[in-house]
Amino acid sequence: MGSKSSSLNKIPNAQELMQETGFSAAHILRLYERFEFLDVDQRGELRPEDFGAIRELPMNPIGDRIISAFFSPGKETVDFASFVRILAHFHPTETSRSRDGVQPEPANSRTRKLKFAFQLYDQDRDGKISREELLQVLRTMLEMQVTEEQLQSIAERAIQEADLDQDDAISFDEFRKSLEKVDIDHKMSIRFLS
Amino acid sequence: EKNYTKKAFPVLDLDYHHIQTPFEISLWVLLASVMKLGFHMIPRLPGIVPESCLLITVGLLVGGLIKLAGEKVPPVLDSQLFFLCLLPPIILDAGYFLPIRPFMENLGTILMFAVVGTLWNAFFIGGLLYAVCQIQPANPSELHQLEILPCLLFGSIISAVDPVAVLAVFEEIHINELLHILVFGESLLNDAVTVVLYHLFEEYSAAGTVTVLDGFLGIISFLVVSLGGILVGAIYGILTAFTSRFTSHTRVIEPLFVFVYSYMAYLSAEMFHLSGIMALIACGAVMRPYVEANISHKSHTTIKYFLKMWSSVSETLIFIFLGVATVDGPHHWNWTFVTVTVILCLVSRVIGVVGLTCVINKFRIVKLTTKDQFIVAYGGMRGAIAFSLGFLLKKEQFPMREMFLTAIITVIFFTVFVQGMTIKPLVELLAVKKKQEAKRSINEEIHTQFLDHLLTGIEDICGHYGHHHWKDKLNRFNKKYVKKCLIAGERSKEPQLIAFYHKMEMKQAIDLVESGGGVNLP
Repeated sequence: MGSKSSSLNKIPNAQELMQETGFSAAHILRLYERFEFLDVDQRGELRPEDFGAIRELPMNPIGDRIISAFFSPGKETVDFASFVRILAHFHPTETSRSRDGVQPEPANSRTRKLKFAFQLYDQDRDGKISREELLQVLRTMLEMQVTEEQLQSIAERAIQEADLDQDDAISFDEFRKSLEKVDIDHKMSIRFLS
Repeated sequence: EKNYTKKAFPVLDLDYHHIQTPFEISLWVLLASVMKLGFHMIPRLPGIVPESCLLITVGLLVGGLIKLAGEKVPPVLDSQLFFLCLLPPIILDAGYFLPIRPFMENLGTILMFAVVGTLWNAFFIGGLLYAVCQIQPANPSELHQLEILPCLLFGSIISAVDPVAVLAVFEEIHINELLHILVFGESLLNDAVTVVLYHLFEEYSAAGTVTVLDGFLGIISFLVVSLGGILVGAIYGILTAFTSRFTSHTRVIEPLFVFVYSYMAYLSAEMFHLSGIMALIACGAVMRPYVEANISHKSHTTIKYFLKMWSSVSETLIFIFLGVATVDGPHHWNWTFVTVTVILCLVSRVIGVVGLTCVINKFRIVKLTTKDQFIVAYGGMRGAIAFSLGFLLKKEQFPMREMFLTAIITVIFFTVFVQGMTIKPLVELLAVKKKQEAKRSINEEIHTQFLDHLLTGIEDICGHYGHHHWKDKLNRFNKKYVKKCLIAGERSKEPQLIAFYHKMEMKQAIDLVESGGGVNLP
């Protein structure tokens, strides 16, 4: 434990981050190691190229979207604190779920998780998934194996099904509603450490 | 002249003997079907009593009637019939329609309950039962002659949760997917442990002594039995998929390939004393995605309804036969033995589930709550597999066979009647999450796939190679190599989303036509 807490000292704002995200010291340490590993030229920041160097990510159909989710608009780099804040969305929810309400909603709550996913679709950040945005996602996920008409009809069908207020787009509430039956806690959590 | 009077109608004759066997089989099946029909017509009864209880009661009544009529009760539930004819349809149905996603996501937990849990139950029940049989100073009864190995054998027979009984009860209470797959998955996968323990203890009690080496070999044979079963099943599954690639010109035999290949997988596994149940599950699960892409929509519907029909009739027959066999069977009631067995079964299951959950929860994302643990422990029904295994014991080798059978039947009755009848009210009382009616929407399908990609990406960023990472690897491999070999023509390149979209369109079109919407026919 002694070595752990001493190495925790070199991480900026480690205690605050733990408070904010609910990660344990071990989590933070492990993420910091990973961060340092990705940060090839040791500047304390990651650039999009650093993410691109991860071998599997370019094969991921939505890899670009995931990478850009780490960068706040107009910024070219991400520091360790923001890195951890993004990943906190994927922290498994602890069993004591009922206590929310008083303090600000933790990043790994169902709503925040869904919001994160929603923003990956909603590239222009207007609060809606438009038909074009949905088509873009479908196009990358289906990897050119289908015709444009098939894509159109799937997108048409999806919007028709989810769109409750007839504005030809999927708002966050409609998005949440269509995923009502999916166990988001389970689907959007990663066991960082056992 | 005599001959002439007898041959008034030269062809007619009463030759019952000629048709006896098939006729009686048909009668049993008819009885099962009529009973099933009858229960669902009586109002409110299916809501109170689970079907399996009613069926056992019918079996008891029928057995009683046959006995009263002075006939010899037919040995209906003999083990050959059970393992070769009645069990495979139920298991194939379960394996073919196995919800793969929740199953794989909870595989660790299921395996823990199935393997470690069953081992624990077997040794705990067997060991304590032996101890109880020994301490009875005032009453030097027959129980003293019971040795440790027969006790352990009995423990391993009684400790396996039965897929038939579990399915029968859990289908009715519509419990949430997680709990369903936990109990059900356990009941399917513990077969390997049961088979190995059963054969091991049977051999050891013939040999008399057990060494450390034997124990070690036992572990090896467990691995061989389970992995071998899966391998046999997977080979036949791939064969089925490959064969179905070429059936586009002869659609009528498509369903047959599915049934015959999987039955052969079961038999081939049983031949080597591998786990037939696991072979059948593996076969069904492996073949399904490829077969479904290859065969016609009608053949698929045929497969689906044949499987459902066979499994439901088999299940009904098993429960009726269990009732009949109870009336018929040679019984040897021993208060101490039976009571201790029932109590030990309950206690060991509770301790096992609670203990294992403590370990499992350290690794799970979604923890198992106390409620979940209770339902898993309480849902551990015993059934006809235990009875059939007990029935297989030889009288010469195990003089206590009849007492074992009586105890097994009591435990089955206890779990099916007491636990089966109370589990539904308990689920209501505890407000356990129910199954949400699963009409999959296209949005769900799109977003789930999106989230899968997202999580794979996040895992890669964290450098944590988990679940999603390996699933992604497997998917790529499947898409690149396997699908091309096993699926014919254009459909090998069709993404899952498109297949899902077509299926939905088809279903909607059929519904529309059936409801007569749109077009008004004269």
